[in-house]
Amino acid sequence: MNLKTPALPPVAAITPRRRRRYPPLNALIGGSLLAALVLLALLGVVWTPYDPLKLDLLSRLHAPSALHWLGTDEFGRDVFSRLIIGARTSLWISLLSVSVAVICGTLIGMLAGYLRGWTDRLLMMLNDALLAFPGILMALGIMAIVGASQYGIVLALGIAYTPSVVRVVRGSVLSLRELEFIEASRVIGNSELYTMFRHITPNCLAPLCVLATSMFGWALLSESALSFLGLGVPPPAATWGSMLSASRTYISTAPWLGIFPGIFISLTLLAINLFGDALRDRLDPRMRK
Amino acid sequence: MAVPTLLLISVIVFALIRLIPGDPALLMLGDMADPQSLADMRSSLGLDHSVVTQYLIWIKSVLSGDLGVSISSRQPVLELLLERFSVSATVVLVAVLLATVLAVPVGLLAAWKQNSAMDLGLVATATLLLSVPSFWLGLLLLYVFGIQLGWLPVIGYVGFATDPMKALTYVVLPIVTLTLVEFGAIARMARASTIEVLRLEYIAHARAKGLSEGAVLCRHALRNAFAPTWTLIGLILGNLLGGIAVLETVFTLPGIGRLMVDAIFSRDYPVLQGCLLLVTCIYVLVNLLVDLLYPLFDPRVKL
Amino acid sequence: MSVPVPLLAVENLQIRVGVDGPLAVDDFSFTMAPGEIVALVGESGSGKTMAARAAIGLLPAPMQVCGGRIIFQGQALDSSNAKAMREVRGARIGMVFQEPMVSLNPALTIGRQMSEALKLHTTLDAATIHERCIAMLQRIGMRQRIMLASVMLLRPALLIADEPTTALDCLAQLDVIELMLELTREQGTAILFISHDLSLVARYAHKVVVMRSGKAVEQGRIEDILFAPKAEYTRQLLEALPRRGELVPVPAADSALLQVRDVCIEHPGPRSFWGRSVPKRVVHSVNLSIAPGETLALVGGSGSGKTTLGRAVVGLVNPCAGAILFQGVDILKAANRAHRLQCQMIFQDPYSSLDPRMTVGQILAEPLRHEPALTAAQKRQRVTDTLVDVGLPEQFRERFAHQLSGGQRQRVAIGRALVRRPKLVIADEPISALDMTIQKQILELFERLQRQYGFACLFISHDLSAVERIAHRVAVMNQGEVVEMGPRDTIFDAPQHPYTRRLLAAASPLEKRADGSYRLRASVI
Repeated sequence: MNLKTPALPPVAAITPRRRRRYPPLNALIGGSLLAALVLLALLGVVWTPYDPLKLDLLSRLHAPSALHWLGTDEFGRDVFSRLIIGARTSLWISLLSVSVAVICGTLIGMLAGYLRGWTDRLLMMLNDALLAFPGILMALGIMAIVGASQYGIVLALGIAYTPSVVRVVRGSVLSLRELEFIEASRVIGNSELYTMFRHITPNCLAPLCVLATSMFGWALLSESALSFLGLGVPPPAATWGSMLSASRTYISTAPWLGIFPGIFISLTLLAINLFGDALRDRLDPRMRK
Repeated sequence: MAVPTLLLISVIVFALIRLIPGDPALLMLGDMADPQSLADMRSSLGLDHSVVTQYLIWIKSVLSGDLGVSISSRQPVLELLLERFSVSATVVLVAVLLATVLAVPVGLLAAWKQNSAMDLGLVATATLLLSVPSFWLGLLLLYVFGIQLGWLPVIGYVGFATDPMKALTYVVLPIVTLTLVEFGAIARMARASTIEVLRLEYIAHARAKGLSEGAVLCRHALRNAFAPTWTLIGLILGNLLGGIAVLETVFTLPGIGRLMVDAIFSRDYPVLQGCLLLVTCIYVLVNLLVDLLYPLFDPRVKL
Repeated sequence: MSVPVPLLAVENLQIRVGVDGPLAVDDFSFTMAPGEIVALVGESGSGKTMAARAAIGLLPAPMQVCGGRIIFQGQALDSSNAKAMREVRGARIGMVFQEPMVSLNPALTIGRQMSEALKLHTTLDAATIHERCIAMLQRIGMRQRIMLASVMLLRPALLIADEPTTALDCLAQLDVIELMLELTREQGTAILFISHDLSLVARYAHKVVVMRSGKAVEQGRIEDILFAPKAEYTRQLLEALPRRGELVPVPAADSALLQVRDVCIEHPGPRSFWGRSVPKRVVHSVNLSIAPGETLALVGGSGSGKTTLGRAVVGLVNPCAGAILFQGVDILKAANRAHRLQCQMIFQDPYSSLDPRMTVGQILAEPLRHEPALTAAQKRQRVTDTLVDVGLPEQFRERFAHQLSGGQRQRVAIGRALVRRPKLVIADEPISALDMTIQKQILELFERLQRQYGFACLFISHDLSAVERIAHRVAVMNQGEVVEMGPRDTIFDAPQHPYTRRLLAAASPLEKRADGSYRLRASVI
C-alpha cells in the first residue's frame, strides 16, 4: 500500500481518435465519478435512506435487497447509508489534511528554495529526516501524542505529507529561479519578496495542483487504512476503513459487508487518479513552453 | 550525508516518544510496574537531568543494542524487531521484485506501441490496480482462494525454518496481493519515463544508424527510462515498511507492521520506539542504496 | 556517354500532418549528384526538416508522406518497408542532428555508440572496428563532433545535416563545418545541409534550394542565385543579411554615461558541503566606456565573459575588483538609485524572459511600479505608446507570452526595457534565437527606437555581422579580456588582433555589390 508516491511524469492522455477539442477520456470519467461521489457525500449531510447510526437488531446481516440496497451489517444498520456518511468523513478529512500540507509545505518550500544558503540546507535536512518516516508511521506517532480524533488524524496526515510538498515546491522554485524572467524582475528593480510572490508563486501552481490531487488520493487511502487498523475516527462513526475491518469477522457469512466499502474506496481512488492524470497532462505541456 | 539525517531521525523519534503525555518511566514499564522498578527506570532514563542528557543516554543505549524490553511480552525489543522484520522483509522484497520484473518490460512495450490497444489496456489495468486498496484486494483474494476455494489457509503463520512448504502457502497470498498493487505503479512509471525517453534525440539518432527497434528499446531506451523507475522502487520499498501493516492484519502475518499497531493499542512504548527507529533507519539505508546504484542507469549523476 | 544518375532525386514530394491535416511539404522536387553539397534553406515552418527526414524515413509521428517519391541511388525508397529502410539508414544515408550533445545517449559509453552502427552494417571484426573508432576519435578531439564522427565511420554516400551548428557560436560553427567537409571530401559523400542561414551555406554549397511554406521557391547553383536572385523571397532573405549603413547620430557629451574600470568578475567554483570553493575568474581587468546615445558592441565567442560583463553592468553580478560607474557614481553604492532605474536589460531567450502567467500589458506595466510620479492614466498611456513603438497592435495587450511568436516576444522584451525611457540598455544577444528576416526587423526596430529616444546601448553578440549595422564602436572579448576596441569601420576594415580576424572570417561572408547582386567577400577567400 502506497502512502506516498512521487509525482509521475505525464501519462499520455487517452484522447479519442478524432483530434477534436474534447476533454480527454480520463478527465471525463474521473471528473464525473468524483463529482458524483462528492454530491453523494453532500446529500448525506441532509438525508440518507436510513439512519446510519440506528441499531435495528431485527434486520441483522440481511443480504442486499430492495429494502436495503447494499444490505445491513451486524447491528442491522443500512450499509448504503453508512457508506454515504463514510464518504463525507473520508472526503472531508482528506481535504483538510491536504490543505494543511499544501499551506505549510508551500511556505517552507518557498523559503528554502528562494533564500538558499544555510536556511535551505537546514530546512532540507529536517525535511529529509521527516521524509524518512513512512506516512503511516508519522501519522501513528502524532496520533499517539494528540489522541485519535478527527482533527488528530488531519493534523497527523497533514504533517506527514508536508515534506513531499516542500520538496516539490522547492524544486519548482529552484528551476524557476534560473529562468530569465526572474532575473528580469530584479533588473526592473523589484524587491526579492515581490519577485517571489508575483512571479514565482503563480508559476509553481501547476505542479502543486498535480501533487495536491495525488495527495488527496493518498490521504483518502491513509485514512481508510488507519480506520481499518482501528486507529481512525473512533466508533460509532462510520468510515469505510472501519466498515471493512468489521466485515472480516463475517467474511464467510456476509461477504457483501466487505465488498461494498472496498468498491467505494476503489472507485473514489480511481476517480482521483484519472482526474489527476488528466490534470497533469493538461498542465504539463504548457509549463514546458 | 546519511549520518546527519540519521541523527536528526533519532532526535525526532526521541522527541515523539517524550511528547506522549504521561510519566516516561511509567510509559516504559507499563501500568503494573512496582515503585522500585519505576525508580530504577527513572534514574536509568536520566529523568532528573536535562533533556539533552536524557537524549544522549538514550542514544548510547540504542547504539549498544539495548532498545528496552517489551511491556507485553517481556522480550528484548531488538530481538522482537528482528524476528518480525524478517517476515515483513521477505514478503515486501519478493513482491517488489516480482512486480518490477513483470512491470518494466510491460511498461516498455506499452510505451513503444503508444496508444495501441495493448497500451490502453495496460494503462487501464495499471490505473485500476493502483486505485484498489491493498487491504481490500487482500480480503477479496482471501475470500476467493481461502474460503470459497479452500486452497490456501486463512489465518496463522508458519516460519520457513519450521516447514518451508507450508510456510509458502501462508505467504503466497500476501505476496500476490502486494505484487498486483505495486505492478500498477511501477508499470505506469516505466511506461511514462520510456515515452519521455523515446522522444529524445538520441533515440532518433540511434534509429538513423539503422538499428532495429528492439535494439533501440533495449540498449538505448531501457537504461535511461529505468532511472526514474528505480527511484520509485526505492520510495515504494520505504513506504511499504509502514504500509505493510494493513496486509499483515488481513493475512495475520507476524510482521513489523502489526507489531507497531499492536504496540500502539497495548501502549507498549519501548516496542513502538524501537519500531520507529528501525523502520526509519532502514528507509534511509534503502534510499542510500538507491542513490548509490543510480549512476548505473544515469551516468550523468555523480555519486 | 550516359546521363549521370543523380544520387538523390526527390519528385513532387508531399507531406501531410496527420491524415487530413495541412500540407507541411507541397510538390517539392530537387536532385543531388554524388559528392555534391546541396543546401536546403528556409525559415521556421518552411518544411525543410520534414523533407529531409522523409528521405531517411524518420518522419515524426503525425507526419506522413502522401504523394511523390524519393529515389536514392536509382531505387525508390519506400518508407513503409522498415527493413529496407534500416539497411539504408546509417550505411548509405547518415544523419546528424541539431544538438550534438543530446544526440548521444548519456547512459552508454561513446565507444559503444560509435561501434554500434559499424557492427550492424559491416562484417568487420571487433579489432578492426576498435581501430577505426580510435583513428576517428584522434582526428576530431572534441565531444561535439563525436556524433558526426560516428555517422561518418560508416562511410555513407549521403550525409543529411539538420541544422547541425545552429546552437553553436560562429567560431565553433566553422570548425564543425570544416570537419564535416574534410570527412566527406575524402569519401566523396554528398551533403544535404539544412539551415536557416543563407550566408553560412553560401561558403560551401554548390547548389541551394530555397523553401518557404513547404514549397521550393527557387533553386540553382549558388553563384547564380547570389548573382541574380529571381524569387522575391530569396531577395528578402538576402536583404535580411546585415549591412553596414548610416549610424544613429550620437549627441556630443562631455562625460561618459558608463565607465567600466579594471573590472574583474569571478564565478564561485563548485560547492562542497561546507560552502568552500575555488572561484573562477571569468573577466580580467576590463576597461571600457559608453557615451550617452552611443552603441557599443561587445563581441566574442562563448566563454569570452561578455555576458557576465553585461550582467555586471546591469547589477545582477558584482565584480570582485574594479568599479563600474554610472553617471559618475559607483553602481554598488546604495544611493545610486538612478542606476537601477536608468539601466535596463533585454535578455537573450525570448521564450524564458517573459513571465508565462502575465499578459503583455502587465509585463509592460510592471516596470512603471517604480515611477511614482506617474498617475494610473499616464501609466496606461505609456504602455499604449510602448506597444506602438515596438510595432505591436493594441489587442496584444491581453495576450500571453505563449501566444506570441519569437519575434513578437522579443518586441515585448524590448518594450519592457524601454518603457521607463532608460538612458542605457544592455542587449544580451537579443536576436540570436530568431529567424534571419525577423532578425532584420528587430534590428531595424532597435535603430528606430534609438533615434527616437537617444538611449545608449551595450549590444552583446557572438556574431560580428549582426552588429555591423548598429554599432558605433566595437569591443572584442576573448577569455575574459578585451583584446581590441575601436570604431566600427576600423574593426571591420582593418582588424588588428588575430582573434578579431578570426571572428571576422567567421562572420557573414556575403556582401552586396553596386549592381544589386551578392558575392562572397574577398577577405573570406
